[in-house]
Amino acid sequence: MKVEGKRRIWKDYQKEIADDRYFYVRSCVRQNFFPASEKMFFRILKEELGKDIFENAAHTTCSGIGYHSDVVPFETTMTMVARQFALMTESGYQNFTTSCITSFGLYTEILETWHHFPEVEARVRENLKKATGREFDKPSNLSHASDVIYKFRKEIGEKARYRLVNKQTGQPLRCVEHIGCHYSRMFPGKGVGGAEYPYVLAGMIEEWGGEVIDYPERRHCCGFGFRQYLIQANRGYSLSCSKKKFDSMAPYKPDLILTNCPGCPMFLDRWQYTLSEMEGTTYGENGQGIPVLTYEELAGLVLGYDPWDLGLQVHQVPAEPLLDKMGIPYDSNRKFLNRDGQSMGRPKAPSFLKFY
Amino acid sequence: MKDFGFTVQLDHSIDYDAKDKRMMRYVLYHEPSLDWCIGCGSCTATCSAGQFTLFNIRMAHTLLRRGETEKLKQELKKCMFCGKCQLTCPRGVNLRNVLLRINRAIELFG
Repeated sequence: MKVEGKRRIWKDYQKEIADDRYFYVRSCVRQNFFPASEKMFFRILKEELGKDIFENAAHTTCSGIGYHSDVVPFETTMTMVARQFALMTESGYQNFTTSCITSFGLYTEILETWHHFPEVEARVRENLKKATGREFDKPSNLSHASDVIYKFRKEIGEKARYRLVNKQTGQPLRCVEHIGCHYSRMFPGKGVGGAEYPYVLAGMIEEWGGEVIDYPERRHCCGFGFRQYLIQANRGYSLSCSKKKFDSMAPYKPDLILTNCPGCPMFLDRWQYTLSEMEGTTYGENGQGIPVLTYEELAGLVLGYDPWDLGLQVHQVPAEPLLDKMGIPYDSNRKFLNRDGQSMGRPKAPSFLKFY
Repeated sequence: MKDFGFTVQLDHSIDYDAKDKRMMRYVLYHEPSLDWCIGCGSCTATCSAGQFTLFNIRMAHTLLRRGETEKLKQELKKCMFCGKCQLTCPRGVNLRNVLLRINRAIELFG
């Protein structure tokens, strides 16, 4: 990889990211898939960085998952998004930050639509007013939560207790970064680094001591694709996309996969189990998988948070090999205890994937 | 192995790095005129075998370039060596020799 050339391209795609006072909207699905990630985003911003971040309990889905599955019309979606903006306005905030990549893409798409078609915006404002009595201001800054972590990657790096370095060999950990499709592919100018060379996750990895792997299928979709997954018989399409990525990255022996989308870590993590059960294939060393982390989880590990507080025990691919490489201590006996210290029950071990 | 109610689809992409290029190199060495081909398809349009079967000499050329040996073997079985392809070729590619060399290459490397 000729990094110099890519850096020149990355420079052309630098977005403005607000530095404080964020109105945060959660994802529909992330709290089920990776339960601690959003909570840790609050902890990092409030406790580590001293930022003002607020969420409104009346927030609902942006309806993006229904919109991209062709079951919710765009008019409905726009009105629901207008309501989220109204919540932000009522809460006294102007910087909108989303947890979900699809939400981020949808908010961007709608703001662009309103920019080019003001009459559509006027109609949505009227619809929202009639339906809920609410009015709204458009956000002055729209960012994804990974943009915010990217913006403060140096501050997090300065507070780091652990770095992305193999403690035994002293070599940088080899990291795969996987960007959600809806981050910058639709609107390259709205993502850090554009569509072809998004730098948002690579910047975190480099800042925290790791080495980014450039492999052939680096920009291939994880395969989620909404409709590909929602119907069971179609899931082969989704699985095949992930397999293509795993086959492509495996020869580079990655130590971890870092993602910034709700769907990507879910599928890159769970499909490793599925492929192991269907074909007996594992993509890590000695029957291990490749651990898949969200950017909040990785930031939390770097900052020295307890792996089980970060929710790494609910990953299908065990994270212990990564923790060992980074030299992060963990108590195996606490892995499946809830926060009250009671046992959550030990899951059944997979047939092939190494289980801890 | 578990059945989840769905399967892995085979990947149809062609990995040029993983393909066997020996046959292509052998044919081009012994019949360099093949490099003159502009892919017009005149050979395929006039092909006698192509009138009665799905034989496609233009496709055979593509398969040779891609290193798809197994498909190429099946394709070549249909050729009758009449030489009409060579008569019609606007670039003067010696196609009969190309086909003979492919068959020889299959014996050597296939």
